Amino acid sequence: MTTISRRTLMKGVGAAATLSMIGTAARAEDKVKVGFIFLGPIGDYGWTWAHNKGREAIDAALGDKVETIYVENVAEDASAVPVLRDLAQQGCKLIFTTSYGYMDQTLQVAGEFPDVKFEHCTGFKRADNVSTYNSKFHEGRAVLGTIAGKMSASGVLGYLGSYKVPEVVLGVNAFALSAQKQNPAATVKLVLIDSWFDPPKEAAATETLINLGCDIVTTHTDSPGPLQILEQKGLHGFGQGADMSQFAPNAHLTAIEDIWGPYYVERAQAIVDGTWASKDTWDGMKEGTVVIAPYNPAIPADVVALADGVQAGYKDGSYDIFTGPIYDQDGNLKVKEGEVMTLEQLATIDWFVKGVESAA
Amino acid sequence: MSLDFIIAAIITVVGLTTPILLAGLGELVVEKAGVLNLGVEGMMLIGAISGFGVTVMTFNPWLGVLGAAAGGALSALLFGVLVLSLNSNQVATGLALSIFGTGLSSLIGLSFVGRIAAPFGSIFPASLAKHPILQVFFGYSPLVYFALIMVPLVAWFLKSTRAGLILRAVGENDHSAHSIGYNVIGVRYAAIAFGGAMAGIGGAYFSMVITPMWAEKMTAGRGWIALALVVFAGWRTGRLLAGAYFFGILMALELYAKASGFSFLPSQFWAAMPYLMTVVALTFISSRGNVGASAPACLGKPFLP
Repeated sequence: MTTISRRTLMKGVGAAATLSMIGTAARAEDKVKVGFIFLGPIGDYGWTWAHNKGREAIDAALGDKVETIYVENVAEDASAVPVLRDLAQQGCKLIFTTSYGYMDQTLQVAGEFPDVKFEHCTGFKRADNVSTYNSKFHEGRAVLGTIAGKMSASGVLGYLGSYKVPEVVLGVNAFALSAQKQNPAATVKLVLIDSWFDPPKEAAATETLINLGCDIVTTHTDSPGPLQILEQKGLHGFGQGADMSQFAPNAHLTAIEDIWGPYYVERAQAIVDGTWASKDTWDGMKEGTVVIAPYNPAIPADVVALADGVQAGYKDGSYDIFTGPIYDQDGNLKVKEGEVMTLEQLATIDWFVKGVESAA
Repeated sequence: MSLDFIIAAIITVVGLTTPILLAGLGELVVEKAGVLNLGVEGMMLIGAISGFGVTVMTFNPWLGVLGAAAGGALSALLFGVLVLSLNSNQVATGLALSIFGTGLSSLIGLSFVGRIAAPFGSIFPASLAKHPILQVFFGYSPLVYFALIMVPLVAWFLKSTRAGLILRAVGENDHSAHSIGYNVIGVRYAAIAFGGAMAGIGGAYFSMVITPMWAEKMTAGRGWIALALVVFAGWRTGRLLAGAYFFGILMALELYAKASGFSFLPSQFWAAMPYLMTVVALTFISSRGNVGASAPACLGKPFLP
């Protein structure tokens, strides 16, 4: 029933937006329109919030030439298609589809509107008018795993994820491998809750992980709910997508911040200049897309030094957590000693490393 | 399995159960009066933001609970005006209330995004509330005890009071109730307001107790589960309590199974479980032909005297 109501809502939003655009079309004609579809509400203080910051960066940098439009709460199903069509018909020249689950919908609508350029976040299917862009969140996860592996007393770490998609699998693996570098016996208990945003379920899953012995829980879902539970229990965790320390000043050790602004401004500028071309971009710490939030003073100095070492290694290209030997959950050697996983392998990864306890 | 482990699991189950129990109890009374209000999700969200907003502004969670009840009841009364006084279709209006509540709560909530409040935790002394074993009885928010007290109260009201009898009469046969002089519309307004207040408090459980913050759509579909729960319970209060805890245990089991590395059921199956169980319960009820456990006869029908 939620699906129906959400779709109805989207249609309503689309229709209302279309109507309002008719009135302003003449006035705004000289500005290039850039559209965004967002998975969650812009107030989620996580994934969507960070993408919206990137949109605001376009407004700030190119506000005199570019006008941005966004639609929130777009489900990752067929209902994204009419929303995308609406944006294209409103005259958007560039549309950012900011979640993995919009992949086929983006390709479909891109086929219908060859003159409109699309940018799909975290996907791998491209076309002449569809670029893909991604962020190496796993580099940030490697820093979190280093801190967690060193600080955990029990050696049992919790990982609260959304779905088994490459981004999450990479995050889990980077976190587990980094923790095991500090504590070879460290294990990671993984719960995938089948949602990016469900505060009550995130909270209950965090309680469950704590009860099963985890003393540090990291989240790969979008609300600050898990951190609030950790704060109440006097344990530690990390923010996802944005600095969430205000929600849990003691529990929040640090966070992975997603900085999309520079990329969004660059691509919008390319549309203005007429130089836009389809490409695949996968930036990370080096380019400033992945940033580690300020450390909590509760992190001991030696752990800070280790975490900074990982950050520095990623920035100068001397470090990669996906360097062999790497074993999968069943103990099979997946990456040989000294080999480094290629970007291609990372983008399509679907297996978890040794020490990850998961249901799938 | 140690005692600590079981206690922690029970506390998680109580947290998952209480909001759907509160909202379900309210909806049960509404449906007993012959009105189907599908707007539970929207009323819960309005309650969640009202409760959180009042708590943040007054630093008083008790006022927050009152605010949540008032917010839920007001939005329900809007539904009441449409379906009772203007005789609009209850299903369509209820769905509209869910959508409206989602949007309105987001709008009101804009200025509360990123703010936090102290959790509305236990009111018992720490020696009881934080005690490793006794916390399983004393460690909860007052809303948990409120929900548990309301179950027998509602049961007693419906079964043993004159007002409860009138409410059921209105739900079973509105024209008869009308012909012997009862105010059908008035009774239904009161039931709808009560249902809204309970849904509002249920929503506030999310924004004031579990994760004391405001986030859009933070109830994430629990209103629909509360609706299913009423049907699952066969419109009986005792079964509603049992059903709420059954659903709560199912939700917790999913998380425990996943965290322990079991994957004997696909996760989509777990998510569908409350609804599947409701279908099973409905089949069971109708095959037995038990009148006492069937829907109120006037459920969802407009009253046109």
